[in-house]
Amino acid sequence: MSILVNKDTKVLVQGLTGKTGTFHTEQALAYFGTQMVGGTHPKKGGETWTSGLDASATLPIFSTVAEGKEKTGANASVIYVPPAGAGAAIMEAIDAEIELIVCITEGVPVTDMVKVKRRLEKSNSRLLGPNCPGVLTPEECKIGIMPGSIFKKGSVGIVSRSGTLTYEAVFQTTNEGLGQTTAVGIGGDPVKGTEFIDVLEMFLADDATESIIMIGEIGGSAEEDAAQFLIDEAKKGRKKPMAGFIAGLTAPPGRTMGHAGAVISGGKGGAEDKIEAMEKAGIKVSKSPARIGTTLSEVLKG
Amino acid sequence: MNIHEHQAKALLKTYGAPVAEGVAIHSADEAESAANSLPGPLYVVKSQIHAGGRGKGKFKELGADAKGGVRLAKSIDEVVANAREMLGNTLVTKQTGPAGKQVNRLYIEDGADIARELYCSLLVDRATGRVSFVVSTEGGMDIEAVAEETPEKIITVAVDPDTGVTPENIDSITLALKLDGDAAEDAKSLFPALYKAFVENDMSLLEVNPLIVMEDGHLRVLDAKVSFDNNAAFRHEEWADMRDLSEEDDKEIEASKYDLAYVALDGNIGCMVNGAGLAMSTMDIIKLYGAEPANFLDVGGGASKEKVTAAFKIITADPAVKGILVNIFGGIMRCDVIAEGVIAAVKEVGLEVPLVVRLEGTRVKEGKEILDKSGLNVISADDLDDAAQKIVEAVKK
Repeated sequence: MSILVNKDTKVLVQGLTGKTGTFHTEQALAYFGTQMVGGTHPKKGGETWTSGLDASATLPIFSTVAEGKEKTGANASVIYVPPAGAGAAIMEAIDAEIELIVCITEGVPVTDMVKVKRRLEKSNSRLLGPNCPGVLTPEECKIGIMPGSIFKKGSVGIVSRSGTLTYEAVFQTTNEGLGQTTAVGIGGDPVKGTEFIDVLEMFLADDATESIIMIGEIGGSAEEDAAQFLIDEAKKGRKKPMAGFIAGLTAPPGRTMGHAGAVISGGKGGAEDKIEAMEKAGIKVSKSPARIGTTLSEVLKG
Repeated sequence: MNIHEHQAKALLKTYGAPVAEGVAIHSADEAESAANSLPGPLYVVKSQIHAGGRGKGKFKELGADAKGGVRLAKSIDEVVANAREMLGNTLVTKQTGPAGKQVNRLYIEDGADIARELYCSLLVDRATGRVSFVVSTEGGMDIEAVAEETPEKIITVAVDPDTGVTPENIDSITLALKLDGDAAEDAKSLFPALYKAFVENDMSLLEVNPLIVMEDGHLRVLDAKVSFDNNAAFRHEEWADMRDLSEEDDKEIEASKYDLAYVALDGNIGCMVNGAGLAMSTMDIIKLYGAEPANFLDVGGGASKEKVTAAFKIITADPAVKGILVNIFGGIMRCDVIAEGVIAAVKEVGLEVPLVVRLEGTRVKEGKEILDKSGLNVISADDLDDAAQKIVEAVKK
């Protein structure tokens, strides 16, 4: 088992014809045959995309997401559209009733995301991101930009606000011999489609996920909210062993640290508060980003 | 990106917000004609720097008894005298840090008779994903302190993006701020105007502190602080004219030319990392092993050799840097590209401090080979723990 994506997930690519979309679609096709079923481009409908790695791998281009969904049965889309058009691309996927929309694009204006979030509330779609590395279920489906080579099928569910720290956690749990059920990047923007709580709920409900790694960073209170959620669920008897990490202990207040959402403002969103809240919820928080995997192993050994 | 108070007020004025008349000046010689153009007899002389706490701030050069960065003047002569004393000197406030900021421009404004000071800001609330008003009757003071001591005095009103500010929203704000009479009437146009200004200009923060009720019963925006959402810069060419480079760190300006996320810090270990989370963690782990990072630097996902070279040059140009840690986990980023960029930069600018490189991920073998064959004095590290210990050790020598 896994969450969000598996071998049956059919993926449309919004922005397939660009350099980034092409590169990562080639990588996805090469990853255990992820079902990439087509791409969309408003002016290139009817054309065919060909992989640069394998000339026999082609995908149809549709003018709209709705058309692509109708013709391919796609239930997911991934967005590699530049920031100026990313908000509209998400809206289009929502309107086409795509179940899972993954927006990789970094740099989407926050007021665009405010409008997207409102549209999402009125829909049944789930959005991952924006500004996220995507989602990957080992040996089944890779959506986004995570490097497939570091994954191993296994028992750890990973959820993170940071791309490269997701890779660290994946790599380390692979080295520990644990492997992953699914790794989910929720993204580094302040307004996003999916929060920690949504993913933790899915991991708690997934039988194959035996333990969970949660990686947060400074800014906002999503980690504190997630910690309270875990405390409440534990009271209902739902609990899994967890390790975690928070980035930004040394970040100065008021400065945005790369991610638009990573900023300590108004005395709130500091790393200490998050670590304290997570430990209260029973998560063993590693002090070093190099020891997230070994920290989880220690928790599992008791 | 931040702008000055006078720029923020000029922008809000175009949306019909009530602001006082005022003139921005860059030299004391302009003070007299600026004051002459205002109605008087009360004037305010305000330092224009990108930091709060100006009123309680102190000028470094003027001694402890001198007045702060925002001063009342009761005549044109007083305006001129204050301008002469303030311009060119260094204002130290709670937000500037001990180094302070040089005051290069002043805003001469018409004075107001204040009956009540209120607080009003707009921001994007992460929890709801909506633009929200944050208001309080406790204006004119440090809102963080109010939040700490009397959180019940801060009211948040979220705006539905589909409807904009509704009459119900205005009622909630009016009630929270205890507005009546003319002020309540003013509120009906002011709060929708602030919201419109926020959304249309892609602000990330609009803070009016204080918003005042004047003796005549009307509302006025007495101070205004605006930050723009950098992600929206592509649709706001007008921002370039408002940017004040003298407010920014030289290294950060250089980094922004190459689209690098860079924040200057006080330590002596320069860092070059891919990914914001990993870049923050790299700073953290340096501290964990007893040293301090000189900077945050995220070269991003798909950085080119040129970008890596530029990043390396920015780091080595900082005289405080006594060692460099390159930490790359290549997903999209290829380790061989990083290696080539580092070598190109070293060839150009030289390398006088220890360099520790940790590479992992895509094409790691090729990357390590390139570094090994380069003949550079590079200390190779296996993982992030190892890398941090090695650079901290090297810097202490």
